[in-house]
Amino acid sequence: MDNVLLIDFGSTYTKVTAVDINSERILGTARACTTSKTDINEGLNNALADLEGNIGKIEYNSKFACSSAAGGLKMVVIGIVPELTVEAAKLTALSAGAKVIGVYSYELTDDEANEIANLKPDIVLLTGGTDGGNKNIILHNAEILASIESDFPVVVAGNKSVASKVAEILKSAGKEVRVCQNVMPEFNKLNIEPARQTIRDIFLQRIIRAKGLTKVQNIIEGILMPTPSAVLKAVQILSTGYGTEKGLGDLMAIDVGGATTDVYSISDGLPSRSGVIIKGLPEPFAKRTVEGDLGVRYSADFIVEEAGVKMVCQASGLTLEEVQSYLNKIRSNPGILPNDDNKIGMLDLGLAKIVVKEAVKRHTGVIETSYTPMGKIFIQKGKDLTGIRKVIGTGGPVINSLYPGEIMKGVLFDEREPEILRPINADFFIDRKYILSAMGLLSEKYPEIAVRIMKRELEMV
Amino acid sequence: MKSKTLVMGVIGADIHSVGNKILEYALKQAGFNVVNLGVMVSQEEYIKAAIETDADAILVSSLYGHAEIDCRGLREKCDEAGLEKVSLYIGGNLVVGKQPFKEVEEKFKKMGFCRVCPPGTPPEVAIRDLKKDLGAE
Repeated sequence: MDNVLLIDFGSTYTKVTAVDINSERILGTARACTTSKTDINEGLNNALADLEGNIGKIEYNSKFACSSAAGGLKMVVIGIVPELTVEAAKLTALSAGAKVIGVYSYELTDDEANEIANLKPDIVLLTGGTDGGNKNIILHNAEILASIESDFPVVVAGNKSVASKVAEILKSAGKEVRVCQNVMPEFNKLNIEPARQTIRDIFLQRIIRAKGLTKVQNIIEGILMPTPSAVLKAVQILSTGYGTEKGLGDLMAIDVGGATTDVYSISDGLPSRSGVIIKGLPEPFAKRTVEGDLGVRYSADFIVEEAGVKMVCQASGLTLEEVQSYLNKIRSNPGILPNDDNKIGMLDLGLAKIVVKEAVKRHTGVIETSYTPMGKIFIQKGKDLTGIRKVIGTGGPVINSLYPGEIMKGVLFDEREPEILRPINADFFIDRKYILSAMGLLSEKYPEIAVRIMKRELEMV
Repeated sequence: MKSKTLVMGVIGADIHSVGNKILEYALKQAGFNVVNLGVMVSQEEYIKAAIETDADAILVSSLYGHAEIDCRGLREKCDEAGLEKVSLYIGGNLVVGKQPFKEVEEKFKKMGFCRVCPPGTPPEVAIRDLKKDLGAE
């Protein structure tokens, strides 16, 4: 038998998935609390023991892992104009599976340098200027970065005319530097792949070690990528297919968590009607956004504050007093699960509905009507996702909900917000066994099998 | 010679795109590095593009007669954004009705444009003037 073990070191749980490559089946899944503060192997062994209890002891030919433990991959991105190179840098970091903890534009100030030092990023992405374009700002920013004492690697992906000069400035200050192609070689042209790849290389070689995750390196082939990057990979390959195995076509996925919510769209997002003028940066075909303020546990108070407690009552079906008292409960114990108390499940449902609606709204493009002397004109910014027919839901609050379909409805077009180009009509699929990140890992070596397993395992609701 | 970078586009709510495409083609053929923003371009878009690409000049087109109101304050905003050295050019049907071109030219030069091209200016003339002004030859 050819068995593969896939491991996801999450911030809360370490999840393991065993796959039989020959029969293309999932043998079993299990999870245990992540132990990144002590020895990360502890949590992994607990999860493996649980798995063994379910499916018996088996041998694995290979083991792969992804990780978002110990804070994930934290990045600071720097560019010139917020809507141009800064945005391109942000898109690059997000597609590499990073958590963007700082975004800076134009010339960095000394105060901002202090801020970056305090943020302690794992990697800094320095961009600015199209090839042959602005040189001064990226040179200035390299000097400022060089003056920061903390030890972070810098990926330089800006104006090629000064790239080596920028690298020199940083190297002479003792920084580890990688130079790659510009994220915006020409005005409004995205080129995120080379920088994304470089970020991943650094993650493999350096970040794993820095986070004390090397202990597990001995027993597995390696931690291949940050978890969000594995999910993006899975969703992308499910959409496009591989080899003889056809994909599902354009799709979206939403991953609701306790603190953050990720939205993925695999689609060119071009206008679905004629006579539309597109403004702004072109959108990546495989796009990931992450909302750091939208989650059902750690971000619950913020959501209640923003959406209003009335809205939460309406979405959850709880009374005002119940919402208040259960908010207190999850505040004191964010790990509490709905099976302990049905009303926790109701509050999770209410919050998840609001979270999904808002996260998708921020991910999706908008269309505006403009009246000109020549008549009515439509202007589109961002992706038109009205034609998406398949949406995948994952993350504890969706998977464990009794009404995942209710939560997923928030993805759809809302006539009260007709300018938001959400999918008009879509089928919902639930990642019941929590396998998306595992399938992203599996697709590194067995892409066709990963596609087939996902097509079989994702459950339509 | 280092090729000069031009940012061009049709300003305001104007969607005349044919001339815009022709001019882009002609300028590229003449050896310029052209950043074409297309139609319905706001003042801010010209400025942001010019910063990122380190442009030498901004070329504004307007065909629908509202150029004066669309261009108001563009020079000042460029200066504010650190683009003092970027020259501004404009051409097209800049005003409504039959005003003598001399007056139109005066008006736009006062607004900070270094050259004002009347309707029907052939691309060769614009290219010749740009090369001379930007020292590209």
